[in-house]
Amino acid sequence: MDALIALVPVALALGLLGLLGFLWALRSGQYEDLDGAGARILFDDTGPTERQPR
Amino acid sequence: MSVIGRIAIPTAACAHCGGTVAADARYCCAGCEAAHGLVEGLGLDAFYRRRSAADGALRPDAAPPVPLAAAAVAEAPGLWRLDLMVSGLRCGACVWLVEQALAAEPDMLAARAALTTRRLTLRWRGERERAEDFATLLDRLGFRAVPFTPACLRAAEDAETRSLTRALGIAAFGAMNVMLVSVAVWVGDDMGTETRGFMHWLAALIGLPTIALAGLPFYRSALAALRARRTNMDVAISLGVLATAAMSLSEAWRNGPFTWFDGATTLLALLLAGRLLDRTARGRAGRAVAELLALQDGMVRRLMPDGRAEDVPAGTVRPGERILLAAGERLRLDAVLEDAPGLFDLAATTGESLPQPVAPGAAVMAGAVNMGAPAVLRVTAAAAEGSLAATARLLEQAAAARGRFVTLADKAARLYVPTVLVVAAGTFLGWWLGAGLGWQAALVPAVAALIVTCPCGLAIAVPAVQVVTVGALFRRGVLVTSPTALERLAGIDHVVLDKTGTLTCGRPCLLPGDWTPEDLSAAAGLARGSRHPLARALLAACPEAPLRRDAVEHPGQGMAAGAARLGSARFCGVAAKGDTPVLWFTDGSSEPVAFRFADALRPDARAAVEALRSLGLAVEMLSGDAPATVARVAAELGIEAWEGGAIPEAKRARIAELRAAGRHPLMVGDGINDAGALALAHAAVAAPGAQDLAQVAADLALRGEALLALPEAIRAARRAQALARQNIAFSLAYNLVAVPAAVAGLVTPLGAAAVMASSSIAVILNALRAERPGRWMR
Repeated sequence: MDALIALVPVALALGLLGLLGFLWALRSGQYEDLDGAGARILFDDTGPTERQPR
Repeated sequence: MSVIGRIAIPTAACAHCGGTVAADARYCCAGCEAAHGLVEGLGLDAFYRRRSAADGALRPDAAPPVPLAAAAVAEAPGLWRLDLMVSGLRCGACVWLVEQALAAEPDMLAARAALTTRRLTLRWRGERERAEDFATLLDRLGFRAVPFTPACLRAAEDAETRSLTRALGIAAFGAMNVMLVSVAVWVGDDMGTETRGFMHWLAALIGLPTIALAGLPFYRSALAALRARRTNMDVAISLGVLATAAMSLSEAWRNGPFTWFDGATTLLALLLAGRLLDRTARGRAGRAVAELLALQDGMVRRLMPDGRAEDVPAGTVRPGERILLAAGERLRLDAVLEDAPGLFDLAATTGESLPQPVAPGAAVMAGAVNMGAPAVLRVTAAAAEGSLAATARLLEQAAAARGRFVTLADKAARLYVPTVLVVAAGTFLGWWLGAGLGWQAALVPAVAALIVTCPCGLAIAVPAVQVVTVGALFRRGVLVTSPTALERLAGIDHVVLDKTGTLTCGRPCLLPGDWTPEDLSAAAGLARGSRHPLARALLAACPEAPLRRDAVEHPGQGMAAGAARLGSARFCGVAAKGDTPVLWFTDGSSEPVAFRFADALRPDARAAVEALRSLGLAVEMLSGDAPATVARVAAELGIEAWEGGAIPEAKRARIAELRAAGRHPLMVGDGINDAGALALAHAAVAAPGAQDLAQVAADLALRGEALLALPEAIRAARRAQALARQNIAFSLAYNLVAVPAAVAGLVTPLGAAAVMASSSIAVILNALRAERPGRWMR
């Protein structure tokens, strides 16, 4: 049972990491356009679609 | 079109849009030819290899591009941002094409299109007026772009969906981790009590924050209902979840055999998943309606005192200012006609199917379409005070009245909440006082009864059916926007139909005449260069006519190419009079021929009326058109109850009369004159191509051209209602077994989980039966 002392926090921490990742993805708008995201992976990157303003 | 049909017809596909064209042609129209040239010129012809939109869907719209520069927002000096709604953005390849084509512009910083919301966000450095160049580019590619309206924004940026998704993420995380601990307790018979206590507190550590955070959407709704002294399903859910949390905490405290955090968190996760699906299905319909509305939301061309014209939003035009209305354009403000007499299509405001001549100085209501030459009008009321705004205010009042509709789920909850409270309280008192158990131990069977009565099956019972039905209807072109629309549609017993635009196409259609097919083809080729409503109607009768490149438009008169002429009687040198809309055509040598037009019945109008009757509904027709015309249409469709010359107030009065008589009328309409009656009816459907106000007033909107979708939607709604009833009955029957077991203290958390999951699955499987292909599908 001593293993639990280490394993349970580790399992929880990993799960929390996943949850935080999900919340970050949601906040950064990755769930806004699910149809588009599915099509986007097929695009060839022939040119830059985004240029940062200098 | 089916695959077989495509093989059988010996035609080629248009190189741009993939629509069918005559065997020797490469393009179906000039717009496609230009778009194809542009795409190849930009080196983006990979688009055609990956395109997956339906054939013909990319054909450029003939409508004029909307001015966009005014909608651009300055983010910083010289840095502009513009949000557009792009109609025609149908597949991933379209997104790619639009983004690549715009990114090729040297001053473009970012061009990003979203397929779900049809939203295109542009950011560029330099001149504001560059927006017009981008608009022209999109237009030439065959995409119609309009500013992203507040309604679009509401539909796209849905804060509630995002908070539901977040809650679902948290609930799923919590449920899975609590389950990890709970399963250990369930199977760990040899576990020491100390370890078990540790497990209980671990479950509480995960479960309590999860219940607090993920349950918020339910608690909020429950509180709102309780404040209004009502109960709804969310009250039952909140009660069950919170009582379970409290009981589990007490069990952890006294180190009892089980905690029930797993049940509470899993329940939340399941319910949130159902609610999110429900919202997504309706959100898609809402976005489609917002898209239809945005396409109608245009600019007004204001005439400045110095004679210049500029495009401004309708809301900024003040009374007394003069505006220019192009041929075929819809008037957005109340105005009086100046200078020359004009011809206006008043179908949307009065229901008259024939264009009406309007004398100079006469008033024209917002919603009229200019059927004659470009006209100058003087605005009499600002947008906020005009007739459209008055109708919109009327709709708001009616919407509030409709919000009081009590749904089936609410009715079930009204019975369920008090009953379950009495059962739980009785169980607690029975075990505590009657059987002499400690209060903490007595709490367990009481709360088990609460959670096992399973608001889960009950709460999923109705949404599951709705999700499946709304999704199935969406694919068939019926947009369901109101959450209670299906239930109200299922309850109707009387149908009131508008004529113009609902039973008829609402636009001129070519009548048979003494012209030859060659005349038609030649005339349609001339008509291709014009946006006049009659020219477009002529083209619709002969869509494959080749473009006459040398055609020149003489505004208000007609088209000329060489010696050939198409236009008004005087333009073609004919002295003719008549009250039906007519285009004359001469190729220069032959005698002029007349193409006459009239508003024709939709091809499936008769079948739709018969289908409505076969559903046991009384059908009646209410129209603002001349009684003689209405009588003819009524006879043709076999409708006995009809009324002509009905002004908007008369339509509303008729609906109110039906409601007072205890009937549940369904109103089907398309015009601004129908909006009041639509809002007042028990349920309301906007006909295909309806005006924006009519769409807002209705619960369902028909997209596409098929009126037969209406009886199918009613059938689907009735079926959905029957299935929802079955599901609720099933959940209640389940409880007849589960509740006595829980009251007797026989149910363990494992048993509760099994009951909850199995009843939910049964209810969902039953709901899937709601999807059945409708009969109007080919």
